[in-house]
Parts: sequence; structure tokens; C-alpha cells
Amino acid sequence: MAKSSIKVRAKVKSGKAKVKCLISHPMETGRRKNKKTGKLIPAKFIQEVTCEHSGNTVMNAQWNNTISKNPFLAFSFSGANSGDTIKISWVDNTGKSDSTEAKMK
Amino acid sequence: MNEKRRILLKGTFAAGATGLAISAGLLTPKAVLAAWPKAAFQAKDSKAALTASLGSSGMTESSDIKLKAPDIAENGAVVPVTVTTSIKNVEAISIVVAGNDTPLAATFNLGATTDGYVSTRIKMGKTSDVTAVVKAGGKLYSTSKNVKVTIGGCGG
Repeated sequence: MAKSSIKVRAKVKSGKAKVKCLISHPMETGRRKNKKTGKLIPAKFIQEVTCEHSGNTVMNAQWNNTISKNPFLAFSFSGANSGDTIKISWVDNTGKSDSTEAKMK
Repeated sequence: MNEKRRILLKGTFAAGATGLAISAGLLTPKAVLAAWPKAAFQAKDSKAALTASLGSSGMTESSDIKLKAPDIAENGAVVPVTVTTSIKNVEAISIVVAGNDTPLAATFNLGATTDGYVSTRIKMGKTSDVTAVVKAGGKLYSTSKNVKVTIGGCGG
């Protein structure tokens, strides 16, 4: 199985979960030109990142091509327990997607 | 469901008429809300982008929002931005970069238990104001910060 494009670190401290994730993705804006051919590199960027915790969507991020390459996202939510699983998934403008599940520490 | 939405999105990309799709009964309004708001992200103007994404552009300056961003960004391709707010019942946080061609960088829709805190990294084409917009209780609050982008990258 291919390695997931998403790296997640989640920690719970007194009921509050702090989630950090790194996604490996080129985040092409569609404005850059290939130096050799002079052609525009087609846009390829993540449009939506969703994080679910026990069936609830705790975060739904909608991104533009303005987000940096290999995007980083951090957020926190309450009502979490150590050992809970969170699911993070993304979809890009070409329809590609990936998701991963992680256990919170 | 996801598959369908992608196809629908592609369809609307081509036709550019989400409204038509609604009137044709292809999409329920809820599905439209959940879909990526193309109009918002392609708007060339901050106000138009915010109206399309959050429903209005009338904002109140608020000191309850903290926007952490560098004063000088050596590399415009990676500018770390952190938004923290003490405002209650935050529904969404948006990041707007006024100087970019498409000002709306991101909208984070928060769940009921999610704290008013997001951190990410954005690209900036040139020196400009970065604005954090927080939607709470149907109202918009904002705070801005000017971030200088040095092209040479020699530390300014």
C-alpha cells in the first residue's frame, strides 16, 4: 500500500485535542510556467480538507490555490479522549483524494 | 456521494451555472453549501470573495482576534499564519490576502466543539495586508496585519 500523503499528530490534554497535519501535495496554482516549454503548469491544489471525530465533522477547510505547497494545518477541538480515532481526508481540483486515520495520544 | 459531487462540480465548472443546476432540481441547496465555492475563490476582489463565501462582507474590527503572521516574510511562497480568537460560537474563519490575484486563501468551517484556532501556511505574491475574518453568530469580525514580502530573501 502506498504511503499516505497525510501525516497527522494529535494530542489530547484535559479533554482538548490539538491536531496538526501535514499533507504532501504540489499545490500548483495554475499560473506558473514550465521554464523549458513556456507552457503553463495546470492547476492542482487541494480544495477541501475534512476532519472527522466520532462521526462529527470538526473541521471542514476550503482552500484556494493560495495555500502553500505541502500544506500544514493545525486546529483544536474539545470533547476528545486519548485513544480516539480521527479521520482526515482531502480532495483536490482534479478529483484526486486521500484519507487517513490516526489515533490521538 | 463524493463521486457524484465531483462530477457535478465539473459540470458546473463547464457551465458556470450552479443556479441553473438548482432550478433544474439537480442539487439540493445543502449540497451547494457543502461544495467548494468556486465563485468565492476566483473572485478578484476581497469583498466579493467574502460575500460569496461567508454570506456578507460587512465586518467589524475586533481585538478578540489574534492574527499571528511574520512582519517580514522572507519567502512569499511559505508564510505561516495563525488565527486565534476568543469570540464564542465561531462558525468559520477565513483568511484573506488583499494583494493576491484571488484574495480568499481559505475558509475553515468549524464544528460545534472546535476551538477558534487555525494555523496554516499561505502564499503571498507581494507585500500586502492579511486579514483574518471570523464568522460568529451570523456576524463577521476581522483583524488585519501588514506582511512585507521580500523577494531577494536575504532576510530584510
